[in-house]
Amino acid sequence: MLSADLAILTPEIVLSLFAMGGLMAAVYTSKDGLAAALTWGTALLFVIMAFYIGVTGAGARTAFDGMFVDDAFSRFAKITILLAAAGILAISQDYMSKTGLLRFEFPMLIVLAVVGMMIMVSAGDMLALYMGLELQSLALYVVASLRRDSVRSTEAGLKYFVLGALSSGLLLYGISLTYGFAGTTQFAGIIDAANGELSLGLLFGLVFILAGLAFKVSAAPFHMWTPDVYEGSPTPVTALFATAPKVAAMALFARVVHDAFGGVVGDWQQVVAFLAVVSMFLGAIAAIGQTDIKRLMAYSSISHMGFALMGLAAGTAVGVEAMLIYMAIYVAMNIGTFAFILTMERDGRHVTDISSLSAFASKEPGKAMALLVLMFSLAGVPPLLGFFGKYAVLAAAVEAEMVWLAIAGVIASVIGAFYYIRIVYLMYFGEAREGLDGRMGLATYIGLVAMALVIGLGWVPGINLFGIEGPAELAAAMLTR
Amino acid sequence: MTIGLEHYLTVAAALFVIGIFGIFLNRKNVIIILMSLELMLLSVNINMVAFSSFLGDLTGQVFTLFILTVAAAEAAIGLAILVCFFRNRGTVDVEAFDNLKG
Repeated sequence: MLSADLAILTPEIVLSLFAMGGLMAAVYTSKDGLAAALTWGTALLFVIMAFYIGVTGAGARTAFDGMFVDDAFSRFAKITILLAAAGILAISQDYMSKTGLLRFEFPMLIVLAVVGMMIMVSAGDMLALYMGLELQSLALYVVASLRRDSVRSTEAGLKYFVLGALSSGLLLYGISLTYGFAGTTQFAGIIDAANGELSLGLLFGLVFILAGLAFKVSAAPFHMWTPDVYEGSPTPVTALFATAPKVAAMALFARVVHDAFGGVVGDWQQVVAFLAVVSMFLGAIAAIGQTDIKRLMAYSSISHMGFALMGLAAGTAVGVEAMLIYMAIYVAMNIGTFAFILTMERDGRHVTDISSLSAFASKEPGKAMALLVLMFSLAGVPPLLGFFGKYAVLAAAVEAEMVWLAIAGVIASVIGAFYYIRIVYLMYFGEAREGLDGRMGLATYIGLVAMALVIGLGWVPGINLFGIEGPAELAAAMLTR
Repeated sequence: MTIGLEHYLTVAAALFVIGIFGIFLNRKNVIIILMSLELMLLSVNINMVAFSSFLGDLTGQVFTLFILTVAAAEAAIGLAILVCFFRNRGTVDVEAFDNLKG
């Protein structure tokens, strides 16, 4: 039933056609003259698609003989990805035009990357997983080196490329072993083969797949590329890396371990718990000595991925639900923080050293307050939303009788709070000296304030985390049925 | 002696490990890293085809074709970024990758 299959893929097809049409239009007309219009058009299309998926999606359907799955889980992930990408495009527009990076390729590559991410989270087969992952990665390698006349940006792109390709290789080797020992690449077939006692071949396959996915979510000890790539890429690209691809990779991680290896929870649980503990502590400790805010955000994201993996390590529906809530809150916090980082400049030049924030609050109390809310939320201070994300994953770990993991998480979050609070300390009590003097574009300002309000007020009883708990619970139930 | 599945798997595993070592032990040239990446993907292809023939199932061979296509695209993008880097830095030595500390 080709037409029924295609109907299920409508959002992906629309986005792909838009990317191709946009490239053609830009090449045949004024090239970069169209860049601003394309950026806003892309952001708008992302929001429309997110609403389309949210309104029309119902139940669980599969397309192309189970290759592609459309269920509540993939819809939750897709909406988060689309809104995150739209937010990043909106806040980066101002920076791009100021630094002369306003090229039409940027929004188009992001559309292609987002299509890849949507296929990843909907994968029902190893082949669909691999193709989605590569579509996303190939587009992102190029965006990382978007500023092609800069040594740092191209170096970041090349480092990302080499380590990304290495992780794809590990993942593929795992897929080949899984295929050989399960006899199929479909998740539905693998879960039948991987039941009870796992054969040695399947165990090796599982470990290689987990290693490859850990690279993609930048979980320690597979995190080495993250700080360099975050530092070298243009800041809007860094903001993108910290949000949408992380959600996609984490959703893919959950999809693989539950849909394909859901029968052998005990076998991957220990590996995921190990990844979670190492990431949380490494992210928290290594960030302390950083002087560059983009590098600091890289270590911060490693630590946050550790927390999200903790929810996954629980191996239950509650754990998956906690992971989804955590990722949604994490994305909101990062969009707000990067909206601020994008506008850090002095004498017309973009700066990223943390010391330039010194005594910022006396100059711009409003923005400083917004950043304070975001930093406290990243640290997990109640009653801000970041605290509820951490609480959800810790509760899931305790419920799954992994109390040691929850205790490790609490200790890591206390260590991690130090560097977030240091930024706030610098802003409010730092020595006054030559600080930031940049002006903020309207969209960026709205992004910063809106995210600070979301984070600061999401806990109010009538709002209740904006009702994401219901859909997250439904999504988790669908995945772990 | 007949050549069985395990022989193919051994060759593929050896090639895969050579590829990984090529990436981490190589201290000279980035092109060698690109070659090592290619070697890893090709070893996976040997695995896939061997399993496909062993299982009598075509999925593995279809998968191989997809991997080959993606590997070609990946090599093109890697070389393109490398050319950009060379224009900026004038060298493709692994040691030249020190502008970002870490």
